[in-house]
Amino acid sequence: MNRVEGRDKVTGQATYAYEYDVEGVAYAFVVQSAIAKGRIRSLDASAALTTPGVLTVLSSADRPELGDTDDPELAVFQGPEIAYHGQAVAVVVAETLEVAREAARTGVRVEYDEEPHDVRLRPDHPGLYRPKVVNPGFPSRTEKGDVEAGLADAVVTVDEVYTTPALHNNAMEPHATIAVWGPDGDLTLYDSTQGPTGHRDITARVLGLPPERVRVVSRHVGGGFGSKGTPRPQAVIAALAARAAGRPVKLTLTRHQMYDMTGYRTPTIQRVRLGADAQGRLTALDHDVAEQSSTLKEFAEQTTVVSRVMYATPALRTDHHLARLDVPTPSWMRAPGETPGMFALESAMDELAIAAGMDPIELRITNEPDAEPGSGRPYSSRNLVACLREGAHRFGWARRDPEPGIRLEGRWLVGTGVASSTYPAYRRPTSASVSVLNGDFIVRVAAVDIGTGARTALTRIAADALGASPEQVRVEIGDSDLPKATLAGGSMGTASWGTAVVRACEALLKNGGKEATADTTDEVGEAADFARHAFGAQFAEVRVHADTGEVRVSRLLGVFAAGRIIAPKLARSQFIGGMTMGLGMALMEQTITDPDFGDFLTDDLAQYHLPACADVPAIEVAWIDEEDPYLNPMGSKGIGEIGIVGTAAAIANAVHHATGHRIRHLPITPDKLLI
Amino acid sequence: MRPFDYVRAGDGRQAVGLHEPGTMYLAGGTNLVDLMRLGVAEPDRLVDVGRLPYDRIEPVPDGGVRIGATVRNSDLGAHPDIRRRYPMLARAVLSGASGQVRNMATVGGNLLQRTRCGYFQDVSKPCNKRAPGTGCPAIPGEHHNLAIVGHSDSCVATHPSDMAVALTALDARVHVTGTGGDRVVPMPGLHRLPGTDPQRDTVLEPGELITTVELPAPPVGRSTYRKVRERASFAFALVSIAALLDIDSDGIVRECRLALGGVAHVPWRAARAEDALIGSVAGEEAYAAAADAELALARPLPRNAYKVALARNLITSTLRELAP
Ligand SMILES: Cc1cc2nc3c(=O)[nH]c(=O)nc-3n(C[C@H](O)[C@H](O)[C@H](O)COP(=O)(O)OP(=O)(O)OC[C@H]3O[C@@H](n4cnc5c(N)ncnc54)[C@H](O)[C@@H]3O)c2cc1C
Ligand code: SF4
Repeated sequence: MNRVEGRDKVTGQATYAYEYDVEGVAYAFVVQSAIAKGRIRSLDASAALTTPGVLTVLSSADRPELGDTDDPELAVFQGPEIAYHGQAVAVVVAETLEVAREAARTGVRVEYDEEPHDVRLRPDHPGLYRPKVVNPGFPSRTEKGDVEAGLADAVVTVDEVYTTPALHNNAMEPHATIAVWGPDGDLTLYDSTQGPTGHRDITARVLGLPPERVRVVSRHVGGGFGSKGTPRPQAVIAALAARAAGRPVKLTLTRHQMYDMTGYRTPTIQRVRLGADAQGRLTALDHDVAEQSSTLKEFAEQTTVVSRVMYATPALRTDHHLARLDVPTPSWMRAPGETPGMFALESAMDELAIAAGMDPIELRITNEPDAEPGSGRPYSSRNLVACLREGAHRFGWARRDPEPGIRLEGRWLVGTGVASSTYPAYRRPTSASVSVLNGDFIVRVAAVDIGTGARTALTRIAADALGASPEQVRVEIGDSDLPKATLAGGSMGTASWGTAVVRACEALLKNGGKEATADTTDEVGEAADFARHAFGAQFAEVRVHADTGEVRVSRLLGVFAAGRIIAPKLARSQFIGGMTMGLGMALMEQTITDPDFGDFLTDDLAQYHLPACADVPAIEVAWIDEEDPYLNPMGSKGIGEIGIVGTAAAIANAVHHATGHRIRHLPITPDKLLI
Repeated sequence: MRPFDYVRAGDGRQAVGLHEPGTMYLAGGTNLVDLMRLGVAEPDRLVDVGRLPYDRIEPVPDGGVRIGATVRNSDLGAHPDIRRRYPMLARAVLSGASGQVRNMATVGGNLLQRTRCGYFQDVSKPCNKRAPGTGCPAIPGEHHNLAIVGHSDSCVATHPSDMAVALTALDARVHVTGTGGDRVVPMPGLHRLPGTDPQRDTVLEPGELITTVELPAPPVGRSTYRKVRERASFAFALVSIAALLDIDSDGIVRECRLALGGVAHVPWRAARAEDALIGSVAGEEAYAAAADAELALARPLPRNAYKVALARNLITSTLRELAP
């Protein structure tokens, strides 16, 4: 099925947050802190205020009143303290964007009492502590069996440190908001968000309004990858600016500003210790991470939780340590936790296979668990082995000589690698309604399409549930006035929204009337206790130039077991997109933090390299038909994130096979292969 | 962006006449407009030279070619004579930026584009090149992709152009016009090392306008341009090389041209390597000796020593590839 809004998008008719025509709109531009730690001594906006065209300036100098200030990232302009470089310190509102921007640049004089900052994550950071829970609510530390004994008994061991750099989501559409206050004090936010309902509830709370006085409209969203999963400061700032100016206000963050204010993936320093017996069976698995958050807020990425899911082992320890630095608050970025965690675990598994003289696929199959190792819960379904076998067949793995560094084509060393991937199958309560209009069906749910094709998938789901053709179904999403829904995140959008849509459709068929609604709170709450995860096997072939260290990926294959695939065309795009992002993570993406100035150095798309078309080979995607009755009425698992999860390790393992060099520190840039 | 005047010049003389202190020439704008947005360049006036009648690529009687300063990068890279007779130049141009940028970018603007050093582009930070006397934070800080030769305590930036590397290897002559009249600046020689005044990228005087780049007849030999970067396209070079090699029937190197990009404040003509190579017996040993002769000059910074190894490998492997 093609995208239902495809025509709107390619003809420019699809309206994104910044593009709504609002009468009398003014423009806002954010002023950011120039230091990473300290206090604002004085803030003088008089030059901006006397600039022709400037309407108003807001800052902590005249602290705007807010409701709930519990979230310090959203409690903007509440005090002089600076927690990170690039934090919002003021906003200028003007008749035009150009005037706002220039006045923000030159018309707001901020003087600081600067304090020494600390922005460098290191494994021996004195501030490292164990958070109580890690995102979204897992215990920080788990221990089962005797890890030290398991390692002592092992015939082969691996004990290595792997690091991943800070990474930025870099959604195509910037974080943008138009705020419009109605005559009766109601607020409408046209916003780029991954969840209109949650966005409304949170912004309402921060602004001290009841949620029914706020409406969030997000009909089309140009990507988020997690960074739009919760409101960002610009939504609150736009609302405050519009109130102060007495006019609707448009506010977008620039690409540079997005680097500071919209979240990023924490850098990680992971130590993995593995032990195995002579048959390759794990005797112990120990996975520990040091990562960072800001001084404002604790965000602890669940980096080592994957080790509770993947392999059978009698002794398992997973742990997280967090340093609170003078940096922006990290947040969700496509498969938070799984992505950096699996880079380390799956690199270590490759090292273990080599140490044990085993094929890396066989090693993984040998360690296939009967139940989830961390929890002991049964899997609702698990088909990692089938993915590995199918992938091995498609990729021609049987022909592979495991010897590293021996295949030279011209000056290019060729190698292949494999890694597993996994992602949990979540579901959250959602409501939906369906009504009949002139023989057609109108489905309403406050879901959102962030580019994944959610609108199309829901059309398909509703059509199937109603026994109607997709042409008869119109899906309305992207508006918090619609029945409340969970966010497009955690690869759970389709599962959560789809359940509610199916239940509403079933109710309609049953009552035979004009309208029906459903709320899945009870259904989701009462679900049986299973470990629910999608799995995948990812294969890479790379070429590494023997003289220059350049790495080119010549083949990528992903085979996934993700429940029933609802919309194959969209699913393929999601897998390919995830794998492309994983390729970027493997080879080029990194945000460099400047220890002296305390800011991000590579904060635009010329300096932060994302894969270009020339980097991306023809990616092959396949899936296993998986029947899992314990998921949801569609039998689906999420597909938005798993594609990224195993890619970096598969590529790093292939680089090792090509060159004999094990690169444990991403990204794999030429310098690391030259020396 | 602060307000500025904009005028379009009809011819070179008029452009020069319109140039006053605070004026900058605007060609494709792909670098200058970016720098204006960032606040790095703050001209009072832009004189648009992008449509001056220097848009031709013409043969000259001595067998060379004249390339107008406003010829677009994409037209230069696609020009049949350039591709056939100066392949290293065509390849260098096409390895730069993206198709969209090359459609806008001009020859003059490409030569005079500014460094991509991150501190230079961030006005909140010190930088001797942008704000003389404020210091060079790249030396203690981020210099992974900065210079290994010819740098100073004041500045370790690199010149980012690919095209300029090929022009340097080809002995290009840059024709300029200014209030002081017309003159010809040879390459190498247009760009300068940072010394104590890194704010000056080139030897051009304020208001001097590039009109044409002239190339002598192409030297005999096989040539290429090879660029190493962190992604396969749309990235600046870590190290690049423009190379030409001609070996006589006795296996002796008759002619050799080598220039490196990404290693210095200027497109770096590897003259020592050329001298070492010309007259010697072609082969691995000679290539390695040539690379070593050049890289004896290298003074890598703490975090860019990999560029020395990379430059060395690039010189030897490119020469090996060019040998028949
Ligand atoms: C994202 C990105 C990636 C890029 N990647 C590469 C790359 O990989 N390799 C590479 O080589 N380049 C790269 N570039 C740079 C690009 O090649 C230059 O921006 C371009 O060549 C500049 O040409 P222009 O005509 O747009 O110059 P403008 O931006 O108009 O001008 C640049 C400078 O030259 C001056 N100037 C222009 N014409 C004249 C003239 N005739 N006489 C005197 N002064 C003049 C201007 O005053 C200005 O100072 C990249 C650029 C971008 C934006
Ligand atoms: S290397 Fe040059 S351009 Fe970069 S910060 Fe130092 S002085 Fe400025």
